[in-house]
Formats: sequence, C-alpha cells, structure tokens
Amino acid sequence: MIERAVSTTNSSRPKRSIKGFFLSRKVVPYVFVSPFILSFLLLFLYPLISGVVMSFQTILPGQTTFIGTSNYERILNPTFFKALSNTTVYVILTTVILTIVPMVLATMLNSKFVRFSNVFRASLFIPALTSTIVAGVVFRLMFGESEASLANTVVGFFGVEPLEWKFGAATGMFLMVLLATWKWLGVNILYFMAGLANVPRELYEAAEIDGAGIFNKFRHITLPMLKPITVYVVTITIIAGFRMYEESYVFWPEGSPGNIGLTIVGYIYQQGFRMNDLGFGAAIGVVLMLIIFVISILQLTLSGTLKKGG
Amino acid sequence: MVTRDRLFTIIITVVIAFVAILALFPLFSLMISSLRPSSELMRNGITLSIPFKELNFNNYTYIFTESGNYWSWYMNSILISAASIILCLFFSSMVGYALAVYEFKGNRFIFILVLLILMVPFEILMLPLYQLMIELQMIDTYLAVILPMMVAPIAVFFFRQYASGLPKDLMESARMDGCTEYGIFFRIMAPLMLPSFAAMAILQGLSSWNNFLWPLVVLRSNTMFTLPVGLATLLTPYGNNYDILIAGSVMTILPVVILFLFFQRYFIEGLTVGGVKG
Repeated sequence: MIERAVSTTNSSRPKRSIKGFFLSRKVVPYVFVSPFILSFLLLFLYPLISGVVMSFQTILPGQTTFIGTSNYERILNPTFFKALSNTTVYVILTTVILTIVPMVLATMLNSKFVRFSNVFRASLFIPALTSTIVAGVVFRLMFGESEASLANTVVGFFGVEPLEWKFGAATGMFLMVLLATWKWLGVNILYFMAGLANVPRELYEAAEIDGAGIFNKFRHITLPMLKPITVYVVTITIIAGFRMYEESYVFWPEGSPGNIGLTIVGYIYQQGFRMNDLGFGAAIGVVLMLIIFVISILQLTLSGTLKKGG
Repeated sequence: MVTRDRLFTIIITVVIAFVAILALFPLFSLMISSLRPSSELMRNGITLSIPFKELNFNNYTYIFTESGNYWSWYMNSILISAASIILCLFFSSMVGYALAVYEFKGNRFIFILVLLILMVPFEILMLPLYQLMIELQMIDTYLAVILPMMVAPIAVFFFRQYASGLPKDLMESARMDGCTEYGIFFRIMAPLMLPSFAAMAILQGLSSWNNFLWPLVVLRSNTMFTLPVGLATLLTPYGNNYDILIAGSVMTILPVVILFLFFQRYFIEGLTVGGVKG
C-alpha cells in the first residue's frame, strides 16, 4: 500500500517512509478531508443512530431498557399536539410574512426610485446581528403588562384596553412572530435583492416599450424571475420555523401559561432535559426529523420541477 | 411621467424609511433604557416617552463594579467564539479545498454527505450528543460547546465553492519547485482564499457568539455560562437583576454592531452564504 502510494510521488522525495506516505498525492486529499470524516462519524452518524435507538428505550442512570414503540405511542398526547399546532401556526405566519414583505421591499430597494439604498439595507440588516435572547429582552420590555408600557401606549391610541401580551394565546403568538420577523427581514431582503440582480434589464425595457406599468412589470417579470430564490427563502423559513425554540424561551423561560408558547423543540427540551426522559425526548426528535425530511423532499421535487420547466 | 416618477420616489422612500426606523427602533430603545433606573424599567418596561431627566450611567457603573458573573460570561463568550472561529476555519477550509481541487475516490460521496448534514437540524441530534458529552465527561467544559461546531458543513460548502475558482496551474508550478501538497495549501492557496476566510469567520463568530440552546444544555455552572445563557438566567419575573440584564445586553451586541460597520461586505456575504447556488 505504502509502496504503491509512494511510487506516484515526486522522485526526489524519501521513499518507503511514513513521511513519504503522507506526502503522496494519493493520500493527501484524505488527510485534508479527515477532520470532516471524523466529525461526521462521531458528531453526526453516531448521534443520529443512537438517537433512533434511544427513542425505543427508557434511559435511567446506569440502566437502559428496551420498551419497543411505547415512547411513540406516548407522543400522541394533547401536549404534543399543542406543540405541533403552535409550531405549525408559527411556521405558516412567519413563512407568509417573511416571504411577501421582503420581496416587496427588495423590489422597492432595487428600483431606480430609491437613493441611499445601501444605508437602508444596512439598517434593515442590523437586527440579524442581535442575539435572540437580547432581542427578547427588548421585546419583553416593550410589551410589558403595565399600562405605561410602549405597546400598551400604542394600542391605547386606538382605544384598546392595556393587554397582558405574554399571557394570551393570540398575543403570545404575535410576540414570537414579531420577534422573528424583526430579526430575519433584512436577511431575506438581501436574498431577494440577489435574485433581482439576475433579472435582465432588457426585459423591463421591452415591457416599458409595450407600455407596461410598474405593477404589471412586477407581476409579469419580477415575480416569475424570482421563483427560484422564493423557493429557497420559503424552505429555509419553514425549516427555521420547525426548529424554533429561542423565540419562545425568551418570553417564557419557565414554560408558558397553558403551553401557549410551547414548540416542538421546546417539548424535546422540556421532556429530555427538564424531566430527564431522554428516550421520550429522542422519540419526539425522530418525529421532528421525519417532518423536516418530508419538507426537504418536497422542496427538492419543487425546485427539480422548476429546473425542468426553466 | 416625471411627476409620476416623483410620486413613486416619495412613496417608496417613505415606506422604506419607515421600515428602517422600525428595524432600528428596538435597539435604540434598548440603549436609552440602559440609561434608566432599573426599578423604573421593571415596573413599566420600555415606555414611549423618554424621561431625559432620569437618564444616568448607574447601570453601567454597577456592571463594572459589582456585576456578579457578567464578566466571566463575557470572557467565556470571547474564548469560545475565538476558539471555534480558529478551529472551524482551519478544518473546514482544508476539507472544502480538498473537495474542490483534488480528484479522489469518495470526493463526490463526501460532498453529498456535507449537503445531507446541512439539511439535518442540530436540535434533532441534541439529546444523543448530550449523552455523548456525558460519556466523554465533557459536560460543563468549553470543549463541549466548541466540538460540534468544529467542522461546519456550511463553511465546507462555501470554501469548496470558493476554492474551485482558484487557478490550478499555480499548484502545478509549485509542485515543479518541489513544494509539498501541504505547502501548496498553506503557503499559496490559503492566502488566495482570504476573502472567504473573512466571510466565514464572521458567520462562525456570530453564530457562536449568539448560540443559545447547545451551551444552555452542556454548561452547568454559572461561571462557565456564555453571554446569552447567562443573560437568560436574569429573565426572572422578580426583575432583581434588571440593571445587569439591560446594560449587559447593550454590551453584548455593541462589539458585533461595531464590527458590522467596518466589515459590512463580509457580514452580508457570510450571512447569506446559503443563497449561493450549489
């Protein structure tokens, strides 16, 4: 093995030595990729398999028992469905908002009508730098229960009584969606701007000659041309939504009243770490993995069809 | 036509300026609030009117004199971010580079694995990884936080894309001069990849600075906490630590915002890397 490898290297190199082996052109690529292979085996494949195994077990310190599918049977409970429905509502709302609003704003920023678009772009991007915990600190303080809190002053203008934002199902969902929208709007605007940069100018010029107005141009040129990047933004927003936990944690670190803020990952954390029911937590993880797997497959077929169509 | 264009200019500028103000407003009010008495903040939260007479630097004086563990958290965050930037850049660039420039058995397969890992959320592996950390006796250490971030698939992907654009004839001529393959990477190719290092350093640094769930899981003692985990412990309904919470929050995001103002291009490149076509 060493013999053959060395024979392909530069003849000036020392032969038949360990050094020569590691210097050979055949071996070098594997040395370079070895960190990935090690981390793949230890930090991905092993946990993935042991996660699936754990989901069929009851795990107590020093004692592990196989219990068949009973962890999965236990998943079908009202708390899990609450977590699933919260997460689904959150995913739908963030996906709709974080696709449509940035698309429109990016089109505006990209148009000839805006000056200083760099300054605007930078200010819209700054929230993405903020840790969700810090952002949560601010949003908690803005949406305080007190009558004098900023949010209650604002709704007061419209004649609404002061709200207990963190204690209602609808307002609680509103807080989580608002936080995510604030944080990711700027990044998604950048994605759409990158997509818009690929739209040929001539298309717009041709449309103008045909007398198309600004809205017709958006509908018949911009929108279809943005399809690939839209599929991408929708996918990352959906997957980020199913992974969501921090946006809920900052408002209810000790768990939310009536589980109004419970998410799937929050349920994994609650069961796996707080209640120390590792097997059950792992089973929820496997279910989450299946959900995300199905979405990824859907996305791949969707973008695959797009490739054929374009 | 000119008047209609002007109308559009006004409408669009107003809309965008309004959104930009909304985006900056929470951070602006965080700054202002950090100058207000924490007792007042606890009672009413952030208010619309700014009581200019009340403003002072007491919260900052407090955090610099008797801050509990705040500065330990700060040090931990700096150390963990720095270590994970250095290690991740070193390993991921090697992998990405090799995938881009060498033809070898398994190249394609490894690249597919990279893309596969990109699609699997970390949260799913969290429980078994936690078990693994217990077995390795790494709970409550820096290493436990850093280890899973050491080879980032997104960085491997980015480095691979970047390195495939490098001139390969440079490698040939270096080989003629008797340079080893390692020498070619470290002395010739890696310096050419510098802009990609900048973008990935920022992506990795930011995600490790703001990382929350994994450090929360593997760190146990208060002095080992990172900034987000430490600050989250102050989110109690009693509000007895609001001075540290609010001034500490400002000082958590300040270095990031300052870096952003200087290296805007690399921030944007790093944070939108997912949009690069594969």
